[in-house]
Amino acid sequence: MTTGEITAAAEGGSGYRVRRTLPLRVEAIRQFRRRRTLVAFGILLVLPWVLVGAFKIGGDPGPDGVPSLVDVATASALNFALFALFVSTGFLLVVAVALFCGDTVASEAGWSSLRYLLAAPVPRARLLRQKLAVALSYAVVAVVSLPLMALVAGVVGFGWGPVELPTGGTVPAGTALGRMAVIIGYSLVAQLVVAALAFLLSVTTDSPLGAVGGAVGLVIVSNILDAVTALGSWRDFLPTHWMYSWMDALQPQIQWTGMAKGSAISISYAAVLFALAFRRFRDRDIVS
Amino acid sequence: MRLGGALRARWGRTGRAARWSAAAAAIALVGGTAAVGATAGEAPRVRTSEQNVAVVDGPKDDQRVTLDTTFYAPVGRAKGPAVMIGHGFGGDKHGVAEEARALAREGYAVLAWSARGFGRSTGEIALNSPDYEVKDTRQLIDWLAKRPEVQLDGPGDPRLGMAGESYGGAIALMTAAYDRRVDAIAPQITWNDLADSLFPDASGGGAGNGVFKKLWAGLFFTDGAGSSACGRFLPSLCEMYQKVAETGAPTADAVATLRRSSPSSVIDRVTVPTLLVQGQADSLFPLDQADANARGIARNGAPVSVVWYQGGHDGGDSETGRVRGLLRDFFDARLRGGAASRDGFAVTRAGGLDSSTQQVVVEEATARAYPGLGAGPRTLPLDGREQTIFNPAGGSPASISALPGLGALGGLGDLGGLAGGLGGGLPVDMPGQSAQFDTAPLASPLRLTGAATVRIAVSGKGPVPLFAKLYDVSPGGLSVPARRIAAPLRVTPGGEARVTLPAMDYRFDRGHRLRVVLATTDMGFATPPQPASYKVRVVSGLTVPTVPALKTEPTPIPAWVWVLPLVAFAIAAGILVRGRRGRMTEPSLSDVPLEISGLTKKYKNGHLAVADLSFRVEKGQVLGLLGPNGAGKTTTLRMLMGLIHPDSGEIRIFGHRVTPGAPVLSRLGSFVEGPGFLPHLSGRDNLDLYWRATGRPLDEAHMDEALRIAGLGPALERAVRTYSQGMRQRLAIAQAMLGLPDLLVLDEPTNGLDPPQIREMREVLVRYAAGGRTVIVSSHLLAEVEQTCTHAVVMAGGRRVAAGPVAEITGSGRRLEDAFLEIIGEAP
Repeated sequence: MTTGEITAAAEGGSGYRVRRTLPLRVEAIRQFRRRRTLVAFGILLVLPWVLVGAFKIGGDPGPDGVPSLVDVATASALNFALFALFVSTGFLLVVAVALFCGDTVASEAGWSSLRYLLAAPVPRARLLRQKLAVALSYAVVAVVSLPLMALVAGVVGFGWGPVELPTGGTVPAGTALGRMAVIIGYSLVAQLVVAALAFLLSVTTDSPLGAVGGAVGLVIVSNILDAVTALGSWRDFLPTHWMYSWMDALQPQIQWTGMAKGSAISISYAAVLFALAFRRFRDRDIVS
Repeated sequence: MRLGGALRARWGRTGRAARWSAAAAAIALVGGTAAVGATAGEAPRVRTSEQNVAVVDGPKDDQRVTLDTTFYAPVGRAKGPAVMIGHGFGGDKHGVAEEARALAREGYAVLAWSARGFGRSTGEIALNSPDYEVKDTRQLIDWLAKRPEVQLDGPGDPRLGMAGESYGGAIALMTAAYDRRVDAIAPQITWNDLADSLFPDASGGGAGNGVFKKLWAGLFFTDGAGSSACGRFLPSLCEMYQKVAETGAPTADAVATLRRSSPSSVIDRVTVPTLLVQGQADSLFPLDQADANARGIARNGAPVSVVWYQGGHDGGDSETGRVRGLLRDFFDARLRGGAASRDGFAVTRAGGLDSSTQQVVVEEATARAYPGLGAGPRTLPLDGREQTIFNPAGGSPASISALPGLGALGGLGDLGGLAGGLGGGLPVDMPGQSAQFDTAPLASPLRLTGAATVRIAVSGKGPVPLFAKLYDVSPGGLSVPARRIAAPLRVTPGGEARVTLPAMDYRFDRGHRLRVVLATTDMGFATPPQPASYKVRVVSGLTVPTVPALKTEPTPIPAWVWVLPLVAFAIAAGILVRGRRGRMTEPSLSDVPLEISGLTKKYKNGHLAVADLSFRVEKGQVLGLLGPNGAGKTTTLRMLMGLIHPDSGEIRIFGHRVTPGAPVLSRLGSFVEGPGFLPHLSGRDNLDLYWRATGRPLDEAHMDEALRIAGLGPALERAVRTYSQGMRQRLAIAQAMLGLPDLLVLDEPTNGLDPPQIREMREVLVRYAAGGRTVIVSSHLLAEVEQTCTHAVVMAGGRRVAAGPVAEITGSGRRLEDAFLEIIGEAP
């Protein structure tokens, strides 16, 4: 026990320990039984099977002269998982991450349970930290569960085998699994900016829908700006510009530059946004 | 999914870009440099002057020719070294204007001219002949030596470099051989031996035994011819070409004429520092032409640097910026005494696609010295029995290797077979026309740099033209040309030949096989019309050159990638830093459950909610906090819970100052402004998880007592969202009482309760305080307060207007209601 804790113990009730407030396990249970958590995971876990069904009904995609992941989606389980990730990166995963991180504080404010937690008392910084850790963990599980389920669905639907690259050539399954890890890892880092933005909005507003919608909306705005080629290299600093850079890992030789830039942008934005969230929550009057 | 679609289109752009550059290259053809775009608006202006320069040439020095020239004065200095830039075949001096301006801005005096027979210059095309074009250029050097802007090495001898692409590159080599005044040359994508280029023979038999490169030769000559049959060609040259093109076979005369127009004939006289830039996508003047020039000049003891870039006559990435930078550095080093470039050999490689720009990432690999085309050989066994191949009647359909403009696709081949996918089903080899010999799958990636060789044996009738190519076969069986270049050869049947495959820099991946293909036809070459069949076999392994010394500097990651996160962390730390508020303890107050002094809170909208509020609550009291709506009761209670920061004043609970999250709050149980539960959890789970979130041991919770007060019965196991208002109210009060806090704060506790429950609640509160604990009840039900509370504080407009024992406030015999109305000034 540190001196601070001894003081705290003397000041508070006999059994009160700051470090025991809002344990991660408790917060995880509180969030897990929510319907939206279950629905989000349901969609992410069912989507690969829906896609498998779609390919089975629609037949193999024929090459359309432009190399893309959809052309080789049915080549193997790994290919299918990559395709599933490709179609979900831009929106579905963004929504999932924004949901977990944007909802976490705002919904407590909406239910009025936030004030009772704070008066318990869970110190504000600790409450945010624990909530952020749990929300990020759910987001990570969500982002990881999609390709993993797609891998399972892909094995059932298209069998195990080496990855066919959209640019031609193949990568053996062993190497491809390593690349897959790089891709998922980068996807997580790239979504960090969405998580941070949603989290900041979550501590700012009492409406969970506003927080999630705001984060998704800003991602869409960033995507629109990204389409304005006249902005030139300014677009490099848009938070979503590098969202698809994980595709650089699908080339015969991995290109790291894009992912390095994307990680730098995402981490930088996230650091500032998280700091703003903690500062804002610390100094805020809770009137919900 | 709209966004996914947009991104998919991004991938597509690669294909389009490649096709566009292919088309552009096809238009540019032999033209060499084509002016691209306008010069940058902000760049310093370059002073130019256009003039006709009269020269005399011909074998007998009797032909008068006027050359159209443009002189670009050096920017920012009075005198500068001179650089002459020659244009490509079919072009004129305007084609090099942009390059000339760029060099002039670097302080060079640049001369561009239209060679005889091109543009506005008079005379006929003599193909860089020593009797004609070389004499012209030497007189241009005389002219340059008289310009005041040109730096001189001696009287009539300017400090001079020469550059140019293709036709303009060859004249640089030729002039350097004939004129000592040239100090450095940088020829690009040019020839060493025009005869060998147009009649190549990969078996080493020389141009006399070569196969006619009819497609390129045709383009080459008609480009100079213009609208008429012979156009502006020297009649003797035109006649020679027509004869050769008709028969498809080289004559000794033609070979001799072409040799005379080739640096190969005089390469032993080139003794100046040389930078040779050759294209990897070039089936007209392949890499072996630069190799021959490099070997020839190096033999004279002059320093030679060789660069293989992605472009060439077939198209591909022109890497304009990189090539110009190389040229500038070279001339800076050789004409100005700057630092000599450290590398003798540079190869650019397509490293992959940048997914954000959709550009091919080109990496540069460098080595200290140029090793030639056969360095570091490894021999790979070839598999394949003797195969019979046919030459179709009329030589058609012919297989396709290189086509002008197809080089752009070949460049992407380095990415692992993209060319195969983008070729759009372009037939490469016709069935039955080619023999294939494969190596075993590679155990490790192989980077081939140079020209592979193999010995073959052929049987059949007549001298057989064959086309040797190298393919990359993936484990899946997909085979794509490593480079879209064929090496033609002519073998005498019954004999053997050592075949040198096209020179290239190409990476074969692990598990891939190398395939040697020998075809009977190729669209770019003249092949015999007679149908025939041959038997072909390999009699040796494939000797593969490698240059391990070539090292790629990884594409530099911009500095901001590292700096930005550091800056962001610094900003984040700055955002979070602030002075800590002191947490002082007042020991004398440790027995006082609540002491509020001077408490003031003004909201951002200007509303003064609480103003200078002070009161004190002692142990065992049940205090009623009274006041009309908007009196500041709730704001006070929120400050009590540490939810709102007071502007001034303080709240002490048991002597400890209340701040957000202060540990002393654990001795406070509160129910303020309605219940707050997680609607999806049952009542029991809500209480259970709430207690576990407080960080206190379970045995302190007194859960059963709290649940008894809630009195929910079986409804406790239902989700809270199904509860009535009263049920939630009771559950919330139970939550406030969890752990039996020393100070219990209840805001309108009887809202939504029915009369029996209200009565029960009253008893609960009285009992609770009787145990030495303290209860604060805020309410507007005055009768309620009167019956429950021992003390009261009356607030109005954020201020305390009365405080004390209830009996004192009411005075003698009055009802609290009357007293209250009187106090707040609304008495009847």
